[in-house]
Amino acid sequence: MFDRRDLLRGAGLAAMAATLNSTKALALDTVTLPFVNGERPLVKYPQKRPMIGLTSRPPQLETPFAVFNDGPLTPNNAFFVRYHLSDLPYNLDPDKFTLEVKGKVDKPLRLSLKDIRKMKATEIVAVNQCSGNSRGFFEPRVAGGQLANGAMGCARWRGVPLKAVLEMAGVQAGAKQVTFNGMDGPVSDKTPDFIKALDLDHATDGEVMLAYGMNGEDLPFLNGFPLRLVVPGYYGTYWVKHLNEITVIDNVYDGFWMKSAYRIPDTPNNAIEPGTAPKTTIPINRFTIRSFITSVPDGAKLKAGTVTLRGIAFDGGKGIKDVQVSTDGGKTWASAKLGKDLGKYAFREWKLPVKLAAGAVELKVRATGNGGETQPDTPRWNPAGYLRNVVETVRVSVA
Amino acid sequence: MQRTVLLAVSLALAAAVGSALAAPVNYKTPDEVAAFKPGPNLEVVQGNCTACHSSDYINTQPPMKDKKGFWQAEVTKMIKVYGAPIDDADVGKIVDYLAATY
Repeated sequence: MFDRRDLLRGAGLAAMAATLNSTKALALDTVTLPFVNGERPLVKYPQKRPMIGLTSRPPQLETPFAVFNDGPLTPNNAFFVRYHLSDLPYNLDPDKFTLEVKGKVDKPLRLSLKDIRKMKATEIVAVNQCSGNSRGFFEPRVAGGQLANGAMGCARWRGVPLKAVLEMAGVQAGAKQVTFNGMDGPVSDKTPDFIKALDLDHATDGEVMLAYGMNGEDLPFLNGFPLRLVVPGYYGTYWVKHLNEITVIDNVYDGFWMKSAYRIPDTPNNAIEPGTAPKTTIPINRFTIRSFITSVPDGAKLKAGTVTLRGIAFDGGKGIKDVQVSTDGGKTWASAKLGKDLGKYAFREWKLPVKLAAGAVELKVRATGNGGETQPDTPRWNPAGYLRNVVETVRVSVA
Repeated sequence: MQRTVLLAVSLALAAAVGSALAAPVNYKTPDEVAAFKPGPNLEVVQGNCTACHSSDYINTQPPMKDKKGFWQAEVTKMIKVYGAPIDDADVGKIVDYLAATY
């Protein structure tokens, strides 16, 4: 029978599902992520394929890692889901939906979805990654959503630049930040609503987008239908879903989700001694650079000889310059061939034929960005479990 | 024949669902199946925690060395940060349950 661990590591949930067919679907009921207490149900939500269920209320779904070997764009039905608060707008009516733009603006706006779709559209291919992606691998372990590496995805987003909407509203002199609120909210009015802020310069850089389209379709409900913020290169916490309220303010927003949550140590590399607390913190911001092998799962058995390794790399917006692969545990490295460049915010595919001799082999992958930054050999630690980007290792046995 | 009709009907349905400007979403999540493990003061935990989140929030946390300290901190966070209306008398019971059960 299928070992649950093989199921997860072994890539091809879909292939297995097809093999097993629905009458034997019980084997698909759980997967075990490769850390202690990593057993998860596989769950099926409307508009989604079977996903790794982290929590059910509010819904949090992780992408099975094998999906990332299928191409640089993550299908909408496999894209990860992360909510904070349980009152979701399950019955929202797109015909009645409006986006309000207010605060320090000359002309407050109330735009319908039709109004927004009539504006000149732009597209960008960009990775969205949860701040807590890979938190389950932190050592010592930390509280929070215990995710493996599947709380990330790359999509072609379609919408209008936030800049264009703010120009329509006319930002007043003295404005400092822009805040974003979505229709999802807390169950109790004592719980801080999920509101995020960007500096005005960032909000008007022309890249930050109000997106209604994702990979040529409407946004799936759980990914923020009918409108979400897209903040290329920045962690998903800023990508507010079901976005219906934009406020221009003349101070620095001090709500809970900016002032207290989603903070990283204000130290070099934003890391501190494991198990300690930071003295000062700043809001989380750009992605650290990462790369993954997607074609071979951990624990795989391979035949000796030549095998072509494949994977993906991405960073916070400089773009990927080089991806190197090691087949000897990091002693020697060879540069991979990079795939098509879909833009500096996108997953960059890579591949490299390597020769493997019989025995236990440690495969490693390490990306370098156009800004020169690369991945560390040992994991950096912070108490919230953010920013993981250690060089990843896939252990295989070759015979 | 019948299969063709069925296919046509499901395509029509798919088209209706897929259209952005049609009707309220009416999104339905699957039934919540996760449940708290049996343990001391289970009903106090169910009464206080489930209003805001499902039990898998607790079940998926990593095993910590200082269980009591860890869960005390989590319950305090729920009260102080998220405004959970938990009676003082229940706090100790909840922490005891969590430390003994997870």
